[in-house]
Amino acid sequence: MSLVRTGTMALLAGSLVAIAIATYPGLRRADAAPEASRVAGSLKPVADFGGIKDKNERAVALFEEAGKVLQSPRCMNCHPAGDRPTQTDRMIPHQPLVVRGEAGMGAPGGLACTTCHHEANFDAARVPGNPKWQLAPIEMAWQGRSLGQICSQIKDPKLNGGKTMAQLVHHMAEDELVGWGWTPGAGRTPAPGSQKQFGELIKAWADAGAACPKG
Amino acid sequence: MAAFTLKINGREHQVDVDPGTPLLWAIRDNVGLTGTKYGCGVAQCGACTVYLDGQTVRSCSLPVSAVGKSEVTTIEGLTGKEAVAVQKAWVAHDVPQCGYCQSGQVMSAAALLGLNPKPTDQDIDLAMNGNICRCATYVRIRAAIHSAAKTLEG
Repeated sequence: MSLVRTGTMALLAGSLVAIAIATYPGLRRADAAPEASRVAGSLKPVADFGGIKDKNERAVALFEEAGKVLQSPRCMNCHPAGDRPTQTDRMIPHQPLVVRGEAGMGAPGGLACTTCHHEANFDAARVPGNPKWQLAPIEMAWQGRSLGQICSQIKDPKLNGGKTMAQLVHHMAEDELVGWGWTPGAGRTPAPGSQKQFGELIKAWADAGAACPKG
Repeated sequence: MAAFTLKINGREHQVDVDPGTPLLWAIRDNVGLTGTKYGCGVAQCGACTVYLDGQTVRSCSLPVSAVGKSEVTTIEGLTGKEAVAVQKAWVAHDVPQCGYCQSGQVMSAAALLGLNPKPTDQDIDLAMNGNICRCATYVRIRAAIHSAAKTLEG
């Protein structure tokens, strides 16, 4: 009987909400087109860059490879240039409207990230989650920036949360919210490669002098 | 299936469900508290809003296995001065139309006033925009929240 009741409820409620969602432009857009391929890209291993003799050139090449991760939607969506995150592989504005707030967790008294995002992905509702789920601070905004600008930003302790290069390498290679990028749950394309490969690229970049791409 | 003890509105309830069951369905089907509504099932409409240790959560996107010892509050157990002020303002402004989304709206409104006793229009929009109303009662919702805030001023 529970299934019958649930089905009936779902039908009635679904009709109401479907109408509401269909009349809500942001949601309609998010639902209308199929998302990009869910197949993750790959990363070249550090060894592939050993043939680049010039240290700065090698560092730049390593960072450009690691940049495939940094510039993936899994990372960029929560590094917006404004107050509102984006979502999906197409990086549409987050629905519903949420803003960064002082702590990156939503406006005070407003809609908090944790209202919907919990400790883990919940694929049944297609809602991603992680214990550290939050927006990056505005000084770590990446959207609309070139890879060179992102590079300069992430190695500047004034803009990277006071991290030394060693701490930055550790963060990229070990942090669990960074790691979520490779296990993003249903409907989201994972970041390219693996967190291990990404961490190795960032470490090799740092070891090579951490030069940044131009522009 | 697995056994879980859920503390809902101050009472413990034993439920035997799949660990991945959304809290919403444990509340409605297993415990029998049907004030919390199913809307979209994907955390987009807010009809299923409950409190987990006092903080609003969408119960459709939270598996029962993640609730642990946290206290769940549903519309049936909503108490406190903010809840009373919201309830009175809702009646005074005749807010609901079809009423389907209203338990979620009331949960979010009372939570907002608990955190921000004098919300501006923008504060209200930022707190309430995750609660969709198919009847578009948004103007009355906003007015009722302002009224409730005035009541709370004394």
